[in-house]
Amino acid sequence: MNKHQGYILICMMVLLIVVMMLSSCIGAVEISVSELLAIIANKTGLSETSAFKTQQAAVLLNIRLPRVVLGVLVGAGLGISGAAIQGLFRNPLAEPGLIGISAGATLFAVLMIVLEVGIFKVLSGIIGFYALSLAAFVGACITTFMVYRLATRNGKTSTITLLLSGIAINALSGSFTGLLTYLATDEQLRTITFWSLGSLGGANWDTVAGITPFIIIPVAGLPFMAKSLNALSLGDAEALHLGIDVVLLKRVIIVFATIAVGASVAVAGMIGFIGLIIPHIIRMTFSADHRLVIPGSAILGAVLLTLADLMARTIVAPAELPIGILTALIGTPVFLYIIITERNKNKI
Amino acid sequence: MIVVNELTYRIGKKELLQGLNFETGPGELLAILGANGAGKSTLMKLLCREVMPSSGEIMFRGKNLKQYALTELAKRRAVLSQQNTISISFIVTELVMMGRYPHFEQSPSANDVTIVKKVMEETGISHLAGRDYNTLSGGEQQRVQLSRVLAQIYDCPDACLFLDEPTNGLDLLYQQQMMELARRLANQGYTVICILHDINFAARFADRILMLKDGRKVAMGTPVEVVTAENLSETFGINVRLIACEGYSCPLVVPEMISNNI
Repeated sequence: MNKHQGYILICMMVLLIVVMMLSSCIGAVEISVSELLAIIANKTGLSETSAFKTQQAAVLLNIRLPRVVLGVLVGAGLGISGAAIQGLFRNPLAEPGLIGISAGATLFAVLMIVLEVGIFKVLSGIIGFYALSLAAFVGACITTFMVYRLATRNGKTSTITLLLSGIAINALSGSFTGLLTYLATDEQLRTITFWSLGSLGGANWDTVAGITPFIIIPVAGLPFMAKSLNALSLGDAEALHLGIDVVLLKRVIIVFATIAVGASVAVAGMIGFIGLIIPHIIRMTFSADHRLVIPGSAILGAVLLTLADLMARTIVAPAELPIGILTALIGTPVFLYIIITERNKNKI
Repeated sequence: MIVVNELTYRIGKKELLQGLNFETGPGELLAILGANGAGKSTLMKLLCREVMPSSGEIMFRGKNLKQYALTELAKRRAVLSQQNTISISFIVTELVMMGRYPHFEQSPSANDVTIVKKVMEETGISHLAGRDYNTLSGGEQQRVQLSRVLAQIYDCPDACLFLDEPTNGLDLLYQQQMMELARRLANQGYTVICILHDINFAARFADRILMLKDGRKVAMGTPVEVVTAENLSETFGINVRLIACEGYSCPLVVPEMISNNI
């Protein structure tokens, strides 16, 4: 990474902190920036002052902050896995939601909940909340593997097969979810809706703790693959000639990316387009160098999802929009734009 | 430098290469000739360690190729393949810098930056430095890829360079420049192994020529020794006429007509 890229990443971090503070302050109970800082200083033991109401502190610490942190984690996970999967498939249209990875993760999570599979109960007993993340991860892994095998021939990924298998898997997942709505109880029905539209409404410190390791590991690990991903864009053989163990690289990236997608889906349901638009914006604005795109996608993904969640819970307050609807509203025009530019380059 | 011993490669029951033996040393430009499907690309893949031999062995600098770590090998040999398209667009300088990837971990050293700059000057692409690779013409892309490959082994003058049909898709001037560059590199001490289709280029620039047919060696030797009507007709299945030309040590090869009613 060069200095220039370092500055860009620092600016993105600053933006993320600003957005996090904004999202912590805005809501039914208003908190000013100085009150926010006072609460944080007080609770971390930095100062004794209490220039805020107890109610404000309670709302911030129990409701808003976990939700903001969850949004940051999920956004970072979706952004970075989108960037990594696009690098892996060597295709700017590859995105966890679009090619069916999120759907696979959702399907597994919903299956586990609605059918109350025996093995899931045992798992929950042993590892508690992590069980759902694990189920979603397994679903994500299986779909990624399937899609990769379907769409890749001799190291070249066909865009058409990639998108077609995405359609197939999304349709399969949709039909299963439809089927499950007949079997589901009222409470389970609500869970299914939650999963298919996406929401951060279920945020609490337990869910945050539940996915933190599954996001931190990929976010810390994937930037080390950035150089190899650059080389991979030359072709499998060319990357090998540059001394990269291509088979190992692909495996590691699939595992990291699916861990992040699986964990995100497990707590927030299907939130589309973040993994598609964020890496694309960075490539268009700055550079296609994965040393910038990979970490940058994590940070900007977090920014976008935090903002989207802020909108989701304030636009129609006191009700709440599913966040998936918002990201799709922002994402679809960008997606169409990519298709048009790719078409003009005769790549599709 | 490279010693190939009873090299055989098969897929299923089909033998793509059969019991190949040859060696090549530093400072040599070895051209590989053969008809389509003769096993040239397979041989190249084996020599680059893209695939492993079914039997036989390849010794690289006195050590079995199998025992090399990929990163170690990457510092000592570079490959210019025919595939020039890249999926995600990079700036030309970034792409050439990829050739230095085996030499640094996260950030390029000052030396890496200097080498990239020098190589781009030598291949005449300095003016393209800030351009988007995907907007370049085919010939320019080929030269950018060549720069990347040269950057990889720039500071290892006894390294090995593999060129897979390097003149493909280039116009007459660039073809000539490419072959002169390959010759110059061999003169500097690099071992250059080059798949060619143009027999006249091979005869003019190579130290030795290896002719392959159906995975077997037809002939190997200096151009004067092996460029004969007999060898060429066996290798390519076509009759040729050899025409002596002033200033060329080896006669020019012109194919005869195959059918009479054109």
